[in-house]
Amino acid sequence: MKKNKLPIIHIIMYTVLIIYAFFTLYPFLWAVAASFKPFREIVGGDLSLLPNEFTTANYEYIFGRSSLFSRWFLNSVIVSVVGTTINIFLNTMAGYALARLNFPGKYRIYYGFLALIMVPAQVLLIPNYLILRNLGMLDSFTALILPAAINLGNIFMMRQFFMNFPVDVEEAAAIDGLGRFQTFFRIVMPLAKPSISTQAIFVFMGFWNEFMKPMLYLSSPQKFTLTLGLQTFQGQDGGVRWDYTMAASVITIIPIVILYIIFNKYFLQGVRMDGEK
Amino acid sequence: MKANSKKSRVSKSRLVEWFQAYTFLAPALLISLVFFVVSILFSLYLSFNNVNLYASTYSFTGIENYARMFTDGRAAIALKNTATFSAVVVPAQTIAALMVAFVLASDKLKGRKMFRLIYFLPTLTSSSALTLIFMFIFNVYGPVNELLLNVGLLSEPINFLQNPEYSLKVIMVMNVWSTVPMFMTIYLASLVDLPKSLYEAAEIDGASSWEKLLYITVPYLRPITTYVVLMGIIGTFQMFDQAYIFSNGSGGPANSTLTVALMIYQYAFGQMNSMGYASALAIMLALIIFVVSLVAEKVNNRNS
Repeated sequence: MKKNKLPIIHIIMYTVLIIYAFFTLYPFLWAVAASFKPFREIVGGDLSLLPNEFTTANYEYIFGRSSLFSRWFLNSVIVSVVGTTINIFLNTMAGYALARLNFPGKYRIYYGFLALIMVPAQVLLIPNYLILRNLGMLDSFTALILPAAINLGNIFMMRQFFMNFPVDVEEAAAIDGLGRFQTFFRIVMPLAKPSISTQAIFVFMGFWNEFMKPMLYLSSPQKFTLTLGLQTFQGQDGGVRWDYTMAASVITIIPIVILYIIFNKYFLQGVRMDGEK
Repeated sequence: MKANSKKSRVSKSRLVEWFQAYTFLAPALLISLVFFVVSILFSLYLSFNNVNLYASTYSFTGIENYARMFTDGRAAIALKNTATFSAVVVPAQTIAALMVAFVLASDKLKGRKMFRLIYFLPTLTSSSALTLIFMFIFNVYGPVNELLLNVGLLSEPINFLQNPEYSLKVIMVMNVWSTVPMFMTIYLASLVDLPKSLYEAAEIDGASSWEKLLYITVPYLRPITTYVVLMGIIGTFQMFDQAYIFSNGSGGPANSTLTVALMIYQYAFGQMNSMGYASALAIMLALIIFVVSLVAEKVNNRNS
């Protein structure tokens, strides 16, 4: 009886998973396929997944001289790397202070941060824009990085991490004659690497994929990030140049997928911490 | 004397600790003060004013901006679209995420890592690229139309992108599709902790997989479901990128993709130049999200 039952469950199980995997991959497969097709084949109606006429011209075009795409790619790298680096230090320092140090106003600050997490982005959008405008920061990378230089959710996550951090590490460092600041940067931060990696990945992904802020703050095309630049491949008739757009989309996805494969375990950790809150 | 010097040393080290704490917190405090606290107050102030951005003048108008919402036809459409969107997407993404997580958590499964990698792809991709990819596969000459025509489900291609009847539905499909992986992973992370003995006991009683899902897994995951539903509500009520890219910022065709967040953007930064009204709308949106989340949490907890 039981022997008969198991394979059926197995078949159902794998069928569900494979169908779902198909639905997930389908749009990506088409995007990749279209990126290697000439434009007339894409809009021609004859649709097979494999290109009839294989071409790398779309990629040559977007990376070519007449296109700003390489510039946008570089901009995205700069904003994401700088933004993530600053976030790592500021979030970890703030989380550490809230977990390990005693000072007046500690709990007021902690609950204040918690309350601010709940404020929706739309409420901050207009005043942030006006403040950045008054500071003369519009149309600069600073506008993208400065308001996002801290992440309240990650400060909260780092606090949770340091709450369970062994005290003897700091005590040993103090006996060795290290000052408080040295202890933090030379001993504590390296030991917090797994947690820091997790926040780094999610922060990087946030900067890399951000769309609304670049659209609102950046006006010169040379300063666009990838997400914004992607939207500009229009034909002369106003229609979308699917060939260029799909090639460009594929390129924007690749760096994150590589990061995901390398740092797979940190992705799962991040989700666990979120889920167990 | 001895005790005295010890005391002063303690208080000195305490001062060093305070100094360290405030040095470490200073950047976070400064940024959250300017871009959160001051911004919230500024937003409230703007919402009671008529703002002229070009002349940088504010004139106090009392609750006029708030009153205007109730006579603004576009606001009603945007709220209806957003509520419909949320009412379809949140249950769909929650149920799909739970089901896939349940299947993935089975310990007889081989190739779990590969499935997980594939499933996670949409979460990694920017909404900017995703929306374009979906617009491509749903366009009149796109693969979805071609597929439906070949199978015989359609006799003529549907213009999913320009037909007001379909445009919001395409965004719904895209949103569910791209949010399920994240929520699935959250479910999966807690399913690891589900005691195996619960399933074993049920198997002895002759429970089917379906019954195990319904009577063990779902009740066990209830707190996670509350979290997933709240995240879903917060996300769907703020949906902007997809609607903006899909309609090129217009909320069209025929206002069918006009969401509250997109409308706020239009009023604040479009030709209308009415930042005060946009601020009032943003504050109203925050209140709506808060109330809906509270109700959803109550309902979910009462059902147990």
